[in-house]
Amino acid sequence: MEGQILQIVAWVFLGVGAVFSLIGGIGLIRLPDFYTRMHAAGMTDTLGAGGILIGLMFLSGFNLVTAKLIFILLFIFFTSPTSSHSVAKAAMGAGFKPLLQRRD
Amino acid sequence: MRTVALTICLAATWLLLSGHYDPLLLSLGAASCVLVAWIAWRMDVVDHEGFPIHLSWQAVLYWPWLIFEIIKSNIDVALVILRPSMPISPTVLTVKTTQGSELGQVIYANSITLTPGTVSLRVYDDKIDVHALTKAGADGIAAGEMDRRVTLMDASGAKTGGKSGGRGG
Amino acid sequence: MMLIAVTAGILITMALALLRAVVGPTIYDRILAVNVFGTKTVLIIAVLGFLTGRPDFLDIAIIYALINFIGTIAVLKFIRYGNLSQAGPRAATGNPPEDDI
Repeated sequence: MEGQILQIVAWVFLGVGAVFSLIGGIGLIRLPDFYTRMHAAGMTDTLGAGGILIGLMFLSGFNLVTAKLIFILLFIFFTSPTSSHSVAKAAMGAGFKPLLQRRD
Repeated sequence: MRTVALTICLAATWLLLSGHYDPLLLSLGAASCVLVAWIAWRMDVVDHEGFPIHLSWQAVLYWPWLIFEIIKSNIDVALVILRPSMPISPTVLTVKTTQGSELGQVIYANSITLTPGTVSLRVYDDKIDVHALTKAGADGIAAGEMDRRVTLMDASGAKTGGKSGGRGG
Repeated sequence: MMLIAVTAGILITMALALLRAVVGPTIYDRILAVNVFGTKTVLIIAVLGFLTGRPDFLDIAIIYALINFIGTIAVLKFIRYGNLSQAGPRAATGNPPEDDI
């Protein structure tokens, strides 16, 4: 019974993660310019990765595997803003102007 | 003192990642932890910034709030992307930061970037240029709730951090 | 069953990211797409480890996460300076080189 509840919780988290990474991928294609695409990439890195990894944690039970998953999750959470900020800053430095207030 | 704490953290990470508990491997792991801590101490990178243990208590309060914000803005951005008309209004705004230390400013900038819908483009002096996907996201940053919370965490860290930093040399 | 669906979702996202990397008009779009692709690779290695019942795959996922981050920073630094060995022009004034990337 308890195992089943854990299983369902794991599925919910995995589903949320997969859906949000899919939406992020769609956003990566649909959004009009580089700076806006960055937001879609941030989405796949936070709730996409977080949902899938937390879902796997519930699936694995509590052991060394959980600790490794937490390690991966923390690492992604700490590095993803750093790399997006680096890309954004490099693009700014190269003189790309963000698309502002699209009116159409 | 920070070097000792760093050694303990490294040892914990080693135990977590290896999963082997033979005496030989344990001693090799302990030796590598001490070696890395010694090199870090010699390079003089074990300081307030490189190893911020002083932030731990307030960070416990800050993280759940940040995760809640991330989930909220994820849903906002997802809805914007999925709507066929895609009602985006990209804005660039400059916000003033009120953190005392550079570390606090970095935490604030990273929190902004970690929240989807807003990305920090440039950090300078006591300002951050922020690119926001929607008007609502820009207003949320301009309201300054996150800034206030990071400042609170950073200020309490600076007090205790100053004390332990003085002891550690 | 659920894991297969999740794998499919990640694979589709990877395909979309790869498409953006191929068509992306600027080099920064490509870097961003490759970064997303790398994060998804970490996730798919972890999920595949569970799918095939071999959690040892997680070690590979950890290494991939490290390499993905360092690779992104290295490519950006290379674009900026055309050289990976020097700290950059600002190093002389005492600012850390990461500041410039």
